[in-house]
Amino acid sequence: MNNATEIRDATESSDPIIKFDKVVKRFGDHVVLDELDFEVQRGEKVTIIGPSGSGKSTVLRVLMTLEPINDGVVYVGGEPLWHQRRGDELIPAGEPHLREMRSHMGMVFQQFNLFPHMTVLRNLTEAPVQVLGINKAEAKKRGMELLEMVGLTDQADKYPHQLSGGQQQRVGIARALAMRPKVMLFDEPTSALDPELVGEVLNVIRSLADEHDLTMLLVTHEMHFARQVSDRICFFDQGRIKEQGKPEDIFTAPKEERTKAFLKAVLDPDD
Amino acid sequence: MEWTSYLAPLAQGAWVTAQLTVYSTILGGLFAFAFGLGKLSHNPLLKGFSVAYIEIFRGTSLLVQLFWIYFALPILGQAIGLDLRFPPVAAGVAALALNIGAYGAEVVRGAVQAVPREQYEAATALNFTGRKRLWRITLPQAIPEMMPTFGNLAVQNLKDTALVSLISLGDMAFRAEQIRNFTQDSVTVYTLVLFMYFGMALVVTACMKLLERYVGRWRAAGR
Repeated sequence: MNNATEIRDATESSDPIIKFDKVVKRFGDHVVLDELDFEVQRGEKVTIIGPSGSGKSTVLRVLMTLEPINDGVVYVGGEPLWHQRRGDELIPAGEPHLREMRSHMGMVFQQFNLFPHMTVLRNLTEAPVQVLGINKAEAKKRGMELLEMVGLTDQADKYPHQLSGGQQQRVGIARALAMRPKVMLFDEPTSALDPELVGEVLNVIRSLADEHDLTMLLVTHEMHFARQVSDRICFFDQGRIKEQGKPEDIFTAPKEERTKAFLKAVLDPDD
Repeated sequence: MEWTSYLAPLAQGAWVTAQLTVYSTILGGLFAFAFGLGKLSHNPLLKGFSVAYIEIFRGTSLLVQLFWIYFALPILGQAIGLDLRFPPVAAGVAALALNIGAYGAEVVRGAVQAVPREQYEAATALNFTGRKRLWRITLPQAIPEMMPTFGNLAVQNLKDTALVSLISLGDMAFRAEQIRNFTQDSVTVYTLVLFMYFGMALVVTACMKLLERYVGRWRAAGR
C-alpha cells in the first residue's frame, strides 16, 4: 500500500497505528465511505476536513466501533478492528475482540455526552473503576489530576448541567483521557459551543498535541487551529480522501479544485 | 348505630388494604423491571416470554385474573397433582402484582429506550460491558423518567385492591360491605370509605413523590 507520494518521517515506526484498507460504509443506498484507504502513523496528529456528508465523522465512529463497516478491513495497531483472525481468514469480530480493540481509543463527542447523573469527578472515575478495575482512591487521584490539566478542579463536585458548554467539553476530554487511550478521536469538539467558549477547549486540545506518543484524529471546522496543531490535513470528499498533505501545502497551495472551493467557502465565507 | 363505631372495623380493613398495596406494588415493580428489560433483550426466548406476559396481563380483566388464580388454578393443580391452593392474601397480592407489573413493564421499556443514543455511545466508547452500561448509565437515567407513571400505577393499584374483597379478603371494601349489610347505612359507610381511600391515595402519592425526588436528585442539583 506504500504510495510514492506519501512521504513519511524516517524516525517514525513504519507500520501505521491506523489503517483503512478499501473500507466501504453505506447507509442504505448512500455510500459514506467509498473504498477508503487511509493511514495514520503512531503519534501523528491528523485533521480531517471536508464538506458535511463527506464521511469525516464516520471515520471516527468506525474507529470507535460505533458504526460497523460494510466492506474492507480497518487495522488498529496492526490488528483488524471489525474482524478477528481465524487461521488465515478474517471473520466478523465478536464483542470480546471489539472490547479489546476499543481500549486503545478514546473519543470526544460534538455534544459532549457527559453522564448527567454523575458529578464531574464521577464522570472521570466511573469507567476506570468499572471497566479497568482501578481502585476508587487511585481513580479519584488521577481524575483530579486530569481536572487540573483542563483547569476544572473547582468543578469536581458539580453536575454536568451546572457547567458551561466549554467546561463540559473539557470534562469530556478529561473523561476520555482517564482511560489512557493511545488514539484520541475528536469529533467536531467545538461545533456545539458558543464562539466565546471555543478557545478554552482548543487550548486543551493544543496541549495534548504536544504529547509525542498520543495519536490524534481531529474532525473540525476550525481551520486556523487545524493548521497550527496538525502534522497532516486530509480533505475528504464523497467518502474518499481527495487531497492530503502538510497544513501549509493544503491551506496555501491546494491542488484539487474541490479543495480550493471548499477552503474558499470556509475561510472567506463573505465573498 | 353511631358512625364512629364503623371506624374500628374499617381501620382493620384499611390495614389489610395498606399491606396489599405495599406488597403488590413492590412485587409489581420487580415484575415491571424483569419483564420490561426482558422485552428489550436480544434473547428471543426471554423477549417472547416477556411480550407474552405483558400482553396477557394487560389484555385481560384483573377481576378474572384474580378469580383464575384463586379458584381455577387450585383445580388445574389438582388435575396434575400439584397443590396450587393459595391463601387469599397471596392470591390477591399475586394478581395485583402481575397486573401492575405488566403495565409497569411497558413503562420501564419506554423509559430505557428514551435514554438518548448518545449516552449509549459514550458508554460504549468508554468500553463498558453491556451489563454495566445498563446498570450504571442507562437505568440511573431512565428510572427518574419512570417515576411519574409509576406513581399513577401505585395509586391505581391501591384502588384495585378493593377487588380482593371478592375472594373474601377482609380489606377496607370488604369491611364496608359487611357494615352496610348489618346497618343498611349505605351513605355513611361508603362516604367514609371514599374518604379513607382518598386519604390513602394521598399518602401513596406523597411517598412516590419522595421516591421520585430521591432517584432524580442529580437533576435538581444547583437549581
